[in-house]
Amino acid sequence: MNGEVDTRGDYLQAIRTLEHELPGRNSWMKDLRAAAAARVEAVGFPTVRDEAWKYTNLAALMRQRFLPIASAPSFANEQLERLLPDGLDTYRLVFVNGRLRADLSSPTLGNGEVASSLAQQLRDHPGALEPHLGRVLPDAIHSFAALNTASFVDGACVRLRAGATLERPIHLIYVGVPEALVQPRTLIIAQAGSRATIVEQYVGADGDRYFTNAVTEVVLEQGASIEHYRLQQESGRGFHIGGLYVRGEAQSSFTSHAIDLGGLLVRNDLQVALNAVGAVCTLNGLYVADGRQHIDNHTCIDHAKPGCTSREFYKGVLDGRARAVFSGRVVVQPDAQRTDAEQVNNNLLLSEDAEIDTKPELEIYADDVKCSHGATVGQLDLDQLFYLRARGVDDAAARDLLTFAFANEILQRLRLAPLRATLERLLTTRLLQGRGIRELELL
Amino acid sequence: MLSIKNLHVSVEGKSILKGINLEVKAGEVHAIMGPNGSGKSTLVHVLAGREGYDVTAGAVTYLGKDLLALRAEERAREGIFLGFQYPVEIPGVSNIYLLKAALNAIRKHRGEEELDAIDFLARVREKLKLVEMKEDFMYRSVNEGFSGGERKRNEILQMAVLEPRLALLDETDSGLDIDALKIVANGVNALRTPERAVVLVTHYQRLLNYIVPDYVHVLVQGRIVKSGDKSLAHELERRGYGWVEAEARA
Ligand SMILES: Nc1ncnc2c1ncn2[C@@H]1O[C@H](COP(=O)(O)OP(=O)(O)O)[C@@H](O)[C@H]1O
Ligand SMILES: [Mg+2]
Repeated sequence: MNGEVDTRGDYLQAIRTLEHELPGRNSWMKDLRAAAAARVEAVGFPTVRDEAWKYTNLAALMRQRFLPIASAPSFANEQLERLLPDGLDTYRLVFVNGRLRADLSSPTLGNGEVASSLAQQLRDHPGALEPHLGRVLPDAIHSFAALNTASFVDGACVRLRAGATLERPIHLIYVGVPEALVQPRTLIIAQAGSRATIVEQYVGADGDRYFTNAVTEVVLEQGASIEHYRLQQESGRGFHIGGLYVRGEAQSSFTSHAIDLGGLLVRNDLQVALNAVGAVCTLNGLYVADGRQHIDNHTCIDHAKPGCTSREFYKGVLDGRARAVFSGRVVVQPDAQRTDAEQVNNNLLLSEDAEIDTKPELEIYADDVKCSHGATVGQLDLDQLFYLRARGVDDAAARDLLTFAFANEILQRLRLAPLRATLERLLTTRLLQGRGIRELELL
Repeated sequence: MLSIKNLHVSVEGKSILKGINLEVKAGEVHAIMGPNGSGKSTLVHVLAGREGYDVTAGAVTYLGKDLLALRAEERAREGIFLGFQYPVEIPGVSNIYLLKAALNAIRKHRGEEELDAIDFLARVREKLKLVEMKEDFMYRSVNEGFSGGERKRNEILQMAVLEPRLALLDETDSGLDIDALKIVANGVNALRTPERAVVLVTHYQRLLNYIVPDYVHVLVQGRIVKSGDKSLAHELERRGYGWVEAEARA
């Protein structure tokens, strides 16, 4: 018997032992979970023989046999404070071990807008969730997403009334727990014309080993607009498999900022269905990895209807023996005339041992379309380096400056200034090995 | 100030400079002319400290120091400025940042206080006027989206702010219209003092109508084959390079 089959059995067993804790007593919820569990059982977990997992070997994760644990170790307010971006005023929900910690969270919203525990929402308003929960996920999903559906205990649910505009961002913080499988689930329903900014932050204490298996579903009804941040700052020994699945209706606008700084082995799936005329999405991404980190971003934008626009701009900086994967799939369905799609993926390799596999995948079945893509992999530009040095900037500082400037192009796209500033600081400590950044503050 | 003796340089085994001798004293302006590919850019890059060139023979002293022993950034801090023939774009690094980092690196090296933001901006504004550039250029990324002429003016702006002892200007005039050419010339002339020196690499005599050189040297196939005063530039303009090449072979 190989390890993979074993793990599948372990997980299915764990789901059964969690049964009493799983939220939602309605039959549709039970059906949803049963179908997901059946999928895990039938399909098993991906291996490098699966095309979409060719470059991401999960053997190390499977060997760990992380399982859900019922009670989490303590997590104090001071630990939380350290993680929060300075000066960012938000509605905050904190989840430890995938469960809401009301004592660490700030009050929920009024006026018919909701940001609260998904488990509680499933108890109190199952009817509002039924059309969406588990339905944004495509059917042919990998078993990690199915495992989450089958066995998430809690997570966040955000519901925005038609026309509502949230001034303050909603900040969801998911904290990993040593040696555990943690499965946060997030559901965001933005009714017609509503607008909000949502920050998902995944964190763990340095040195902790754990496995975050997260799924987020986002529904944007007509004319809704969501700016979504996903800050992946897991422990350097943490495993993270995350899926963000989005459906945009007519004239909706979805903006994603996906920032990967942490984790030992990370896989993100980001799938956006532009489902009706005039839907727009912008996907920005930055991954920074060193040591033996492995970061895999698989994105897919489905242009299902005419006149939709997508923009995708991902950048990566890799040092040490880090490895990254970028796969950007864009599908233009036969009906999707006047599609406008652009994709760029640029990578900077700072060491000879760092590696990137980048691959655009365009499937175009309509004829009146404007699609472009480009990918680059390179080292620091020697002409730029010499130019800076010829002006008196020393070699190490010039390298730092160019590296920072490369990555910062993505951070410049973040609208939340306090978050941007915090990430710029984090980036300088990551990229510059803690060297001073006084001069960089001028940028 | 600068003394080049028998300088031989090769790149990837190919010999490019074959025994350059040149003395530049404080207060002087030297023009170096010559056909494409003769080694003009190679010479100024070697002087500015770019890696990738093998100095196979010869020596260069600058203000009494062994110039070739210094790293590029040290040369810049010692007052050498290279105005590039093809200034690169540096996305994500603003002009103002680069200028401030450069100026402070030089001042620190000289044991001077770093300029505070107000004095720094005042100095930059004054020099912007000199090169007729708008202030918004300062907040754009270095050379990004700049036209050829804007890039060259940006080089002159940097030179004006940094006030080098020795400016090496590599074809700062090529591709400029007459107005831009005058601006570049103004920038260079403003730098002419008894303590400083300028080495102007140029392809055409045109620039020398506005910056009158003390000496003109002709570089052909890696050698200075003829030196003279400004009348040599006029002669080259009239007769081209053929006759100097022929004389050199003879
Ligand atoms: N990095 C390099 N590698 C190989 N050959 C070079 C390199 N740089 C310059 N050369 C060669 O050296 C010669 C002189 O070039 P350059 O100094 O640019 O001349 P100029 O500036 O006078 O036009 C040319 O033949 C050019 O092809
Ligand atoms: Mg040249």
